[in-house]
Amino acid sequence: MTSAPATQDLALSARGVRMEYLDRGTRERFVAIESLDLDIKQGEFVTIVGPSGCGKSTFVKLVNGLLSASQGEILVRSVAKGKSDAMVFQDSALFPWYKIIDNVSYGLVCAGVSKKQAHERAMPLIKLVGLGGFENKYPYQLSGGMQQRANLARALCVDPAILLMDEPFAALDAQTREVMQAELLRIWRGAEAEGGARKTVLFITHQIEEAVFLSDRVVVMSARPGRIMEDIRIDLPRPRDLHVKRTPEFQEYQEQIWQLIASQLKAAASQFGGSKE
Amino acid sequence: MTAGTQMVAVTSNAERQRSRMPRWYRRREASILSFSGLAAFVIIWQLAADLKGLDFTFFFASPSGIIEAAGKEVQLPRFWDDVATSAWELLAGSGVALGLGVPIGLAIGWYRRVGFMFDPWLNFFNALPRIALLPLLVLWLGLGTEMKIAAVSLGAFFSIVVPTAQGVKTVDRNLLDVGRSMDASQGRIFTSIVLPATVPYIISGIRIAIGRGLIGVVVAEFYAQTKGIGVIIVKSQQALNSDRMLFGIILFTISGILLSYATSLLERRFQKWRPGQDMEE
Ligand SMILES: Nc1ncnc2c1ncn2[C@@H]1O[C@H](COP(=O)(O)OP(=O)(O)OP(=O)(O)O)[C@@H](O)[C@H]1O
Ligand SMILES: [Mg+2]
Repeated sequence: MTSAPATQDLALSARGVRMEYLDRGTRERFVAIESLDLDIKQGEFVTIVGPSGCGKSTFVKLVNGLLSASQGEILVRSVAKGKSDAMVFQDSALFPWYKIIDNVSYGLVCAGVSKKQAHERAMPLIKLVGLGGFENKYPYQLSGGMQQRANLARALCVDPAILLMDEPFAALDAQTREVMQAELLRIWRGAEAEGGARKTVLFITHQIEEAVFLSDRVVVMSARPGRIMEDIRIDLPRPRDLHVKRTPEFQEYQEQIWQLIASQLKAAASQFGGSKE
Repeated sequence: MTAGTQMVAVTSNAERQRSRMPRWYRRREASILSFSGLAAFVIIWQLAADLKGLDFTFFFASPSGIIEAAGKEVQLPRFWDDVATSAWELLAGSGVALGLGVPIGLAIGWYRRVGFMFDPWLNFFNALPRIALLPLLVLWLGLGTEMKIAAVSLGAFFSIVVPTAQGVKTVDRNLLDVGRSMDASQGRIFTSIVLPATVPYIISGIRIAIGRGLIGVVVAEFYAQTKGIGVIIVKSQQALNSDRMLFGIILFTISGILLSYATSLLERRFQKWRPGQDMEE
């Protein structure tokens, strides 16, 4: 990373990121992300919302290194200990053949930590996400919400500077989802209390309410090919609990973001079948 | 609900019917019923044989006749030699099929290029009735144990390779991403993700392979007529001794059951993580 003073407290910086998928059959290039610039400060909770297919998952995978960009660059702050970033995957991403404790400590074992030590380091995180006593169960013995907690613990276990979360609660029912949102904020604070530095979070969701509730900033992406349309700072006091969702300020933010996305959907609709209107 | 109506506990129909039976029966219902089914068949068979009279035992065996034949057989050293031969052919042949089939199947599934190279061969051998290769095996390996081991492995091999490769190809991409995301080495991705995900496929392959391997032993022994349980069957046929013949057939059946049972143990060992495994116990 360059030593420019303005970038000093950045955790992530994406510049002119373009992503094209190559269709193996037709040899055609498919532009998923056109050109994306995004800066995230250390300790910031940033959520990306946008219409389906606009390239949100693609972007997190680029940050995580699962894909490499066709153009542009993504810089992440290098870290002395732990991993620079870790991903909380969507549902069903636990290894069904490993007990919860082996799932949670997987990243450490991959990094060469002995199994015994990895288990020792995983236990506090299992307790932090509220799964104490379930460490020797297999994933199928856990409910969907509990599986997502284990998923979160697995990512936290490698002590990442940036936590990447791609629609982690999409498969949960409405109530469990609300509980998990509040839990995530609690864990985020808890991890801070334990590990020192506050974790940076890049979160993806389709739910505007979830985005506003969790984030310091909500980034709205345009329909495919993805660009950033608007970057909205959420100035709601922290720590937040679910009551904040009832306040007028909260609802104003929600309305503002909804308008932006609706305009995108209309644009997309007129592009495909404008005659309907 | 009107006043005076009584509240009644909800029970399922099946539950009500079963609750009339005594407890000791209810607990072992499945095994009691399957054993009685078996016993009824044997008794009716025995009665029918007794009615027909001794003259017919040349053609029709009876349960008591089979037991008698078995009693005579087990006293002969030649019998134990035959059993050992068949068992060795079956085990060695299955071992070869497993030892080659699993690694080759994994390689075919994991490396696209290996898959392309093997695909035509797999299709060719799948279409080929492999038992037709037996005369060729005899030409190459003679009438001894080697030929019969080869016949067993040839039968079992493809039932293991094909599902193993299939299992590797269908590993959940999400889980592979989890491994890559954690910077797991290729070796670790293979042992921690690909292999465990493929185990159920390998085991269902083994189940099919047992049947194929047994057919291999039986046909090869019929054909070679040197040693083995198959020879007992053929010789009994020539002597018009159906009791002894059925005794041989039952021995093959028992070895099939034993191998299936061993597979179940393997399954239980490797698939503790599958839902339903602990409900069965
Ligand atoms: N592996 C791939 N190969 C080719 N095209 C892909 C691939 N993955 C995604 N795409 C395409 O890239 C675009 C962006 O996909 P991506 O999964 O990033 O969208 P998304 O914003 O996460 O959508 P959603 O909100 O529905 O999850 C989509 O139009 C999709 O069809
Ligand atoms: Mg997505």
